[in-house]
Amino acid sequence: MDKAQIKTFGDDLYEALVRRETIAPLTEQDPEITIDDAYQISLQMLDRRLATGERVVGKKIGVTSKVVMDMLNVDRPDFGYLTDRMMYATGAEVPLSTTLIHPRAEGEIAFVLKHDLNGPGISNADVLRATDFVLPCFEIVDSRIRDWKIKIHDTIADNASCGVVVMGANAVKPTAVDLSTCGMVVQLNGEIISTGAGAAALGSPVNCVTWLANTLGEIGIPLKAGEVILSGSLVPLQPVQVGDNMQVSVGGLGSCSVRFV
Amino acid sequence: MTLDKSAIAALAKRLEQAETTRTPIIKITDEYPSLDWEDAYAIQTAIRDAKTARGVRVAGLKAGLTSKAKMKQMNVEEPVFGFLCDYGAYGDSSEIPMDRYIAPRIEAEIAFVTSRELSGPGCHIAEVLAAIDFVLPAVEVLDSRYENFRFDLISVVADNTSVAGFVTGGRPRQLAELDLPTLGLVVEKNGEIVEVGAGAAVLGHPAESVAMLANNLGRRGEVIPAGTFIMSGGITAAIGVERGDNVTVRFQDLGSLSMRFV
Repeated sequence: MDKAQIKTFGDDLYEALVRRETIAPLTEQDPEITIDDAYQISLQMLDRRLATGERVVGKKIGVTSKVVMDMLNVDRPDFGYLTDRMMYATGAEVPLSTTLIHPRAEGEIAFVLKHDLNGPGISNADVLRATDFVLPCFEIVDSRIRDWKIKIHDTIADNASCGVVVMGANAVKPTAVDLSTCGMVVQLNGEIISTGAGAAALGSPVNCVTWLANTLGEIGIPLKAGEVILSGSLVPLQPVQVGDNMQVSVGGLGSCSVRFV
Repeated sequence: MTLDKSAIAALAKRLEQAETTRTPIIKITDEYPSLDWEDAYAIQTAIRDAKTARGVRVAGLKAGLTSKAKMKQMNVEEPVFGFLCDYGAYGDSSEIPMDRYIAPRIEAEIAFVTSRELSGPGCHIAEVLAAIDFVLPAVEVLDSRYENFRFDLISVVADNTSVAGFVTGGRPRQLAELDLPTLGLVVEKNGEIVEVGAGAAVLGHPAESVAMLANNLGRRGEVIPAGTFIMSGGITAAIGVERGDNVTVRFQDLGSLSMRFV
């Protein structure tokens, strides 16, 4: 794909984000699109956000469960960027009707780093050593692609379908909890809709962060001290609408809640 | 109750024979379409009495169908309950002989041992929590005695809720050390993660199913005696197993347990 086309797709996705509109799948517009093209498009979309004063505060890992990998017919996760404007704190009212298109909530574990991680060659031990603390969070994913008709290239180009993030407020050292067996319970309007455990994301959320550090390391991008890394959903996606409230609790990590207005 | 004593005894005998000879039968509601819950539990009790008369010891009690979503789907307001037999008990790292069963499946659960009697009706979760001596991780082995997985809930209750065996192990804990709703578990078959879940999958809190068990027994004039081992219900979907399979379940804060099917 030539640079002009990458810029056009990146701009289209940015405009769709800002206008809360969707566009046709890029994989329909250009069936030849590659994974590399898709990441280049996501960087153009990100550049547009940064040009308006947004700041990168972290990264997200997506497509970490076997179910979603099978659905998108891929064998590895993907990633996107988190900016300050996406971040909400537990208990927040997320203005769904003015900021999101067709959002879905997923419960995750967020890592906050205290040291840089420069891959490749990063192991789980390096990730644990570099992690300041972990906390429960919601990632509210959203798609700028029409009707969520995404292939892997579409979601990568669209910043890994990231919408907004709601962070818990209880920080726990990664040495204080078994991140593979810790359980997750998600409630929607007071009803338990799903349970899961850390192992749902590539066997452990730590594995996911290690994967990201090594994958980004290959192209010279570090995970930086202070960044928030979302490690991937541990439960199925839940579509949400105005008026919904949700809570996620993680064994040993506490909980996080959100209301959509 | 729609059946007389002799019909109940005959159905109990038929089901127990299916178990002991590993020969599945047609579900009994095909022959008795109007069978009700009372009939079903009476048949289950008759199976229990026949076993204990032969010297089998009741090793504990169990709850099944404890997922709220599944209960809603099946249009029932309480789980189903059964009893565990001493000959079905396996320790950690056991070899479980496939030739004892028809088509076994396993479910990972949180189990309790009680320190005082629980009786219903009117038993509530706080009484259950006060009566828990300790918590331990467990796996239930299920094996329906009905042909081709064709059954309904009434038939399943009569068939002692498909009870076949149970595996305990891991690291027992005091209740106060645990947050049961968020307690996570990971089921691995031959090294591959096949199921994950957390305690809240059982009625929001696994102890809730024990309260419902006490209330169900209370209606039948029975209690949960002190010292009873109780399996609170599957946190994960049942997983089919075959000869050669190795299953490991890792529990948050409760250690892990494993078994091999041989």
